[in-house]
Amino acid sequence: MARITPLEWPVLRQLRSRDSTGRGAAVTSRKTRRTAPRTDDADTVVQSICPYCAVGCGQKVFAKDDRVIHIEGDPDSPISRGRLCPKGAASEQLVNSSGRQTTVLYRAPRSHDWEEFDRDRALDMIADRFVEARRRHWEDEDEHGNPVNRTMGVASLGGATIDNEENYLIKKLFSAAGAVQIENQARI
Amino acid sequence: MAECHPVGFQWVTEAQQRGARVIHIDPRFTRTSAVADKHVALRAGSDIVLLGALINYVLSNDLHFDEYVRHYTNAATIVSEDYQDTEDLNGLFSGYDPQKGTYDATSWSYASRGDEEKVEEPGTEPESDVAEPDEYGAGGPSLRHADVERDDSLQDPRSVFQLLKRHYRRYTPEMVEETCGISAEDFHHLAESITKNSGRERTTAFCYAVGWTQHAQGAQFIRTAAVLQLLLGNMGRPGGGIVALRGHATIQGSTDIPTLFNLLPGYLPMPEAGQHDSLEDFTGAIGSKLQKGFWANADAYTVSLLKAWFGDAAHAGNDYAFEYLPRLTGAHGTYQTVERMLRDELDGYFLVGQNPAVGSANGKMQRMGMSHLKWLVVRDFSLIESATWWKDGPEIESGELRTEDIDTEVFFMPAANHTEKAGSFTQTQRLVQWRHQAVTPPDDAQSELEFFHELGRRIRARVADSSDPRDRPLLDLTWDYPTDEHGEPDPESVLREINGYYVDGPDAGTPLSAFTQMRADGSTAGGCWIYTGIFADGVNQAARRRPGHEQDETAAEWAWAWPANRRILYNRASADPEGRPWSERKKHIWWDQENGRWTGRDVPDFPETLAPGTKSHPDAGGPDALAGDDPFIMQADGKGWLFAPNGLVDGPMPTHYEPPESPISNPLYAQQSNPARITLPRSDNLLAPSAAQHGSEVYPHVFTTYRLTEHHTAGGMSRFLPYLSELQPEMFCEVSPEFAELVGIENYGWATIISPRSAIEARVLVTDRVRALTAGGRRIHQVGLPYHWGTGTDAVVEGDAANDLLGITLDPNVQIQGSKAAQCDVIPGRRPRGQALLDLVENYRKRAGITVDTGNQKLTAPYPEPQTTTSEED
Repeated sequence: MARITPLEWPVLRQLRSRDSTGRGAAVTSRKTRRTAPRTDDADTVVQSICPYCAVGCGQKVFAKDDRVIHIEGDPDSPISRGRLCPKGAASEQLVNSSGRQTTVLYRAPRSHDWEEFDRDRALDMIADRFVEARRRHWEDEDEHGNPVNRTMGVASLGGATIDNEENYLIKKLFSAAGAVQIENQARI
Repeated sequence: MAECHPVGFQWVTEAQQRGARVIHIDPRFTRTSAVADKHVALRAGSDIVLLGALINYVLSNDLHFDEYVRHYTNAATIVSEDYQDTEDLNGLFSGYDPQKGTYDATSWSYASRGDEEKVEEPGTEPESDVAEPDEYGAGGPSLRHADVERDDSLQDPRSVFQLLKRHYRRYTPEMVEETCGISAEDFHHLAESITKNSGRERTTAFCYAVGWTQHAQGAQFIRTAAVLQLLLGNMGRPGGGIVALRGHATIQGSTDIPTLFNLLPGYLPMPEAGQHDSLEDFTGAIGSKLQKGFWANADAYTVSLLKAWFGDAAHAGNDYAFEYLPRLTGAHGTYQTVERMLRDELDGYFLVGQNPAVGSANGKMQRMGMSHLKWLVVRDFSLIESATWWKDGPEIESGELRTEDIDTEVFFMPAANHTEKAGSFTQTQRLVQWRHQAVTPPDDAQSELEFFHELGRRIRARVADSSDPRDRPLLDLTWDYPTDEHGEPDPESVLREINGYYVDGPDAGTPLSAFTQMRADGSTAGGCWIYTGIFADGVNQAARRRPGHEQDETAAEWAWAWPANRRILYNRASADPEGRPWSERKKHIWWDQENGRWTGRDVPDFPETLAPGTKSHPDAGGPDALAGDDPFIMQADGKGWLFAPNGLVDGPMPTHYEPPESPISNPLYAQQSNPARITLPRSDNLLAPSAAQHGSEVYPHVFTTYRLTEHHTAGGMSRFLPYLSELQPEMFCEVSPEFAELVGIENYGWATIISPRSAIEARVLVTDRVRALTAGGRRIHQVGLPYHWGTGTDAVVEGDAANDLLGITLDPNVQIQGSKAAQCDVIPGRRPRGQALLDLVENYRKRAGITVDTGNQKLTAPYPEPQTTTSEED
């Protein structure tokens, strides 16, 4: 605790620091002076785009030790000029929320529960099932004898936060595999 | 817009501060209505009457932008003698087949002029078959040629202009009052505001979202606005247009580079069995070489795509591996897929950041469908309801499903989020913006790029030794993308492929800078022609971030817009036929006489040196056939279409029909609902009787679904976040004080909402924002339901899903479901649980006498047998 002296009288502080309204330096506590934006600690900041609606607001993503510590609006964006809505402003929780599931889970047929599962094993099982379903439901021709070269055993439904590059690979892979039932939120 | 696109709305506010008048037309009073100059409430589903009446108002009072309409639209074009209008046929157009419930669009075509022989070229046969929109890309089917018959006086009764006048003459202010529940005074305010604010000096914009699209004739809602905007000269001009406010971060991108059954990248269609057997058939059906504009080069776009996908295996000798592409046989959309699940015809299903158990219409069909799968892969951030329905879904509670009986294997694969991967989103105005990666994904989380690349690698390994021809496309697929130390493919390498490159010659490997460089001879490759230029000069143009405050209002150096970084499409129309700006105030693109080229504040959306006075050569095709006053360069005749001679399957001009479930009879025609809508008559998808039908009084109220600022679609990215869950914690129904009193419910109390599909409970929110309307001679109450909640145990907040109430009836053009107007009853209190819930729903159905046929008869008007035979061969 600092020693109280007459020189620290509020009115003198106010005059000394030319804080005419008494709302600035004259009334700043030590705690306030020590408070720094959490972004000061960031190792990196990258420019990103909000993942919610289609306005496409600019975001600045601050990270420290490979962990997102803060997301705020990007003032450089000619679209959003630094603003974010409640969803965009909450997007740090999209990254760090405790409700996020970051490990692979598997539910066996008729089981009442999930089980933790190895990702590599899950990928192999999915690939096996894909190949099997593709084969089982393969169609060379339609009912009129026209070639169709496709499988009706596998389908996909995607959301609208899948990057263009990702959608491109999904469409490319499914088409080459003969799977035509590919859909997206874009139709819903 | 303030509700669902809040930050975009700042520009509306700025315009308002500069004097713009903002009118909000919506059944619901929202944050937009609160700041608009006027809110006009209408009955859900009646928009075509309102827009049609505005068209009638413009035409009856000669308020159209005459010079624009004459030069830039198809107003002067003559339509076939075989065409008959809804005014002649009780609300149907000519060509309807009552047995199939579909139209043959032949009689809607333009009248032909001159010599037929010049169009005899493979792939350009006239379309005489039933219109199937899945067969076409964005341009619709090709016109055979651009040499059409015109009457420049616009007086010929078969001219588009006169047909339009006649078609909308009964769409009057009185009809608006009767059908939409909008007063004549409000209508005139709207009509005057729009027409006075359009012309040389001023432009009017229409902004819409799924309030227009999610109907059994959603595409026609937007068409009506397009007709109005063309008449007023508001297309291709700054401050004008029809602004589609797309719902999600890159829903535009997922249409451009589609994960949709009917499209290939760049709005090329998926080939249809029996129609597109050869590459020539296919590209000819997209764009005839004799039609105008850039779809005539569909062969170059298609061959470049095939080269990008199949590399050296695609060559002239095998039609560039065109046969590798699987073929469609009709629609294979998400709702048809659910039907297949229920028939045990689908083994595996990938859900990639999508939650259909909550977000798709008729949630029960979705969840029951998934219970028939052999395996399900859910890729998401959290344990969404589509991942957990087998243990805590509504059907477990009701006893319809038992966990121990469900054979479905479920894999939950955690996804990386937008900060944990680099890539591009395409926002609502076609702007492609690159995101940089901030951190690496935690634990097992991975991007879709990595997951699908790896899955593809493993699938290919499993067929590596196969000699079966059906495995050739997988083995010939170009799939070697460089990966980092975590196995993540380099997203820029994928973007380069999307952009395209020279395959051989001195520039081999060099990125293309414009889609006009694409060739049909295999010398270029490119994954999505409309994105060509995004990697021009080997630079990721989508990652450009020159700050907005350092640029003019076009901000052309922030990211990259397709096509060719154009910010306003069809912007040739921003200048008059001579190439001069319509006015100094609305200057955008103009003809620079001295340098012989188009110039201005944007990239011209027109051949750069095509002079304004240039006449079209009747024998030319493609971009070379465009005249100097053909601004709509993707249309087969270069004109904006007031009348669509093809491309739409339910009519060349928008016509009002009531929603499949409606409280009133169609005041305009004997035909009640869209006669070409797609129905799913099933015992798990029952519809309420409409209007005059017996039993309609059992479900007397309209309900409509919508979104809230604080939540995101089915809640996968919002109900799992504490902040957003706290802001909007509970499912509610929003009703008027009059309605609350009528049915005996109280603010903050509970209500049960019952439709023929299900019953849900919701907290009651009584507000003056909802008002009862008078339409069809009766008092109509509308119940508002946000659709963000679902039943499960993993989210921060849960609640009953509004989508469980909706039935599935689809728009025939685009296969979207109607989610905006349906019928229900509302009773006080919480819903029953278990079997009692099923009994409640069943009792209502019995009282209303519902069968699978209820609401599913497509033709409800007397319709004469077709008089003209239309080359039906089989």
